Amino acid sequence: MNPMPTSCLWFIPLLPFAGFLINGTLGRRLPRAVVSIVALLFTALPAAIVAWLWMTMCAAGAPDAIEVVSRPWIAITGFHADFAFTVDHLTLIMLAVVTGVGFLIHIYSVGYMAHEEGYWRFFAYLNLFMFFMSVLVLASNFLLLFVGWEGVGLCSYLLIGFYFKKTSAANAGKKAFIVNRIGDFGFLLAMFLLIAHFGSLSFTQVFASIAQHPEWQQQGAHFLPAICLLLVLGAAGKSAQIPLYIWLPDAMEGPTPVSALIHAATMVTAGVYMVARCHVLFNSSPLALSVVAIIGAATAILAASIGMVQHDIKRVLAYSTISQLGYMFMACGVGAYAAGIFHLLTHSFFKALLFLAAGSVIHALSGEQDMRRMGGLRTRTPITFWCMSAGVFAIAGIPPFAGFFSKDEILYRTFTSPNPLHIVLWLVGLLTAGMTSFYMFRLWFKTFFGEPHVDPHANAHHSVHESPWFMLLPLVILAILSVVGGWIGIPAALSGSNRFEHFLDPVFANGAASEAVASTTGSGIELVLTLVSVLVVVAGFYIAYIFYYEKPGTAAALAERHRPAYNLVKNKYWVDEFYSAFLVTPLLMFTRGILELVVDHGVVNGSGQAAGAATRSLAWIERKQISGNIRSYAGWLAIGAAAVIAVMVFGNSLWGTR
Amino acid sequence: MVPTAYYLILAAMLFSIGIAAFLIKRNVITIFISIELMLNAVNLTFVAFAHMWHQVSGQIFVFFVMVVAAAEAAVGLAIIISIFRTRQTLNVDEIDLMRS
Repeated sequence: MNPMPTSCLWFIPLLPFAGFLINGTLGRRLPRAVVSIVALLFTALPAAIVAWLWMTMCAAGAPDAIEVVSRPWIAITGFHADFAFTVDHLTLIMLAVVTGVGFLIHIYSVGYMAHEEGYWRFFAYLNLFMFFMSVLVLASNFLLLFVGWEGVGLCSYLLIGFYFKKTSAANAGKKAFIVNRIGDFGFLLAMFLLIAHFGSLSFTQVFASIAQHPEWQQQGAHFLPAICLLLVLGAAGKSAQIPLYIWLPDAMEGPTPVSALIHAATMVTAGVYMVARCHVLFNSSPLALSVVAIIGAATAILAASIGMVQHDIKRVLAYSTISQLGYMFMACGVGAYAAGIFHLLTHSFFKALLFLAAGSVIHALSGEQDMRRMGGLRTRTPITFWCMSAGVFAIAGIPPFAGFFSKDEILYRTFTSPNPLHIVLWLVGLLTAGMTSFYMFRLWFKTFFGEPHVDPHANAHHSVHESPWFMLLPLVILAILSVVGGWIGIPAALSGSNRFEHFLDPVFANGAASEAVASTTGSGIELVLTLVSVLVVVAGFYIAYIFYYEKPGTAAALAERHRPAYNLVKNKYWVDEFYSAFLVTPLLMFTRGILELVVDHGVVNGSGQAAGAATRSLAWIERKQISGNIRSYAGWLAIGAAAVIAVMVFGNSLWGTR
Repeated sequence: MVPTAYYLILAAMLFSIGIAAFLIKRNVITIFISIELMLNAVNLTFVAFAHMWHQVSGQIFVFFVMVVAAAEAAVGLAIIISIFRTRQTLNVDEIDLMRS
């Protein structure tokens, strides 16, 4: 096939945008079939372009990166930013995830949303999201990345609050938006620092000047760690890491396809992508890297522990997403960017699958999300069951499913990294792997095995039913990907060649050093580590099996015996309450007490009222003048004339000669 | 020879009387006469200055003013007659159709 003309790159974001414009403006009047055709077509075409791009970029002799640049976008003295897209191998992987998984989720949505109000609005937002997300991954400078970054945040807000008549959904949307603002504030400051110190926001220019000035690192220039830490704040907001992870569980108020697309597969991984994209910056600051690793590990284990006791099926998956994102952060923090991106890829397959399958379960039970009222669905929704199983096995890390390879790669890289905390990080990661396995199999057993606990009243009219094919087809494709997706990165120790990592070599050229370390330590350690993590995973499975299949009462009895600990986890460590008491309430008090009463009512309203009163009294005088009496007018005239004469005669002596 | 200032003081007095009458009186005809009085006060000033500077232009202005005043008197009296015919009064306080 011919190599792709680079101008086609523009169409990857622009086509979904066209879909958004059509559905957003005309969608209300169009029949549902047309709306879905438009939405699907304008996401399928970019996916096709991306496939073509893959063939172009993977052909022999293809350049490592191709770039398209528009006319200057912002140009002032000493600084300019272009509307420019760059495609390298990292972007290719992200594009594949965004357009490929995105397209599958669009197909699913056609079935899932079929009975919902606001069908056109949903697809318009979804297409808008695809536009911003492709801008984000294609951007070749920080500013354009930020445009996409904010855009996906907007779409996330719109789609979380899709059922805006429900108060909880509207509030969840606002929460996500506001928490993300905190992160964006960090990102913005980082960009200002970049402009101040590098005079540019282009990735290539910034990274090149870091490479040219190794003395910055040796002399301990303070701006590099500062920039990195601010970027980490931004990434923590978008990717739901400590301390800004609280919005993601609430984001589950949105429709399930949205949870799958935005809050599992694509948008929340933007932070990981950004850290990987800025790996040159982060490599220059060991401090920032350690912070990333610690944040990632802490988030991974915290979210996993909360996920173990949730009852809402989507919330379990939400906490699982936070935990897996923590894994990716940990990988980036120890310098194993390729492993992080590998996990990002496999995670996008199996987590999208898990959400879509959960959506299918919810659909089957006519909107029931509480796992305590599920059970025994294995025989009634067999296809969903098998797909879900593939996802559960993949995320738990059972070989040879996709999650096994990526998770093991991260654990191995953490263990062998030069970071002084590497053993602690590895242990946390290992423990998290066991917990992941436990809560995923808990979900699996509670949903699909045992006795049905479906509320008989709620289902008087709708019997439990398998979902339509529109929803099952993406499930099946994603299930296959969840099984085989990890095989592209089989490490050398397991007689693979880790093609995934070599594919990313041109991007993470500095990663060659860590690979050298890895090869000297030999494959023996890797095998042992793999064995250990598989044993932990199996242990997690076994505990879940005992608790929720063999003796279903065990878990409740255990929780009863350790009531304080259970309550702590059950209430999500009271983090939301802590934020509410120490941040939100003082802020609200300040707003209501000072800003509303003094500034708003006093200054703003007061000055308005004063202006009104002044005008009114002036008008009163004016009204007295206009009496309609001719002689009073004549009198005014005479007074005026007298005044003019007085000024002319005595003015000079009063104000002096000019 | 009478100093110019005397003429000017007389003119100012005439003009002030005219203004006062204009503002105080209610009868249209009296108001009309007070306007004539003010015009003639101005005329007197013109003539006094023309005499002082030995220039004719001031006196020419006076002729203009007289012509205009005559024309104005014709139009004004016509209006007054027409007002009287329609409203049976010459009191300006009662002629207030334009009052809002």
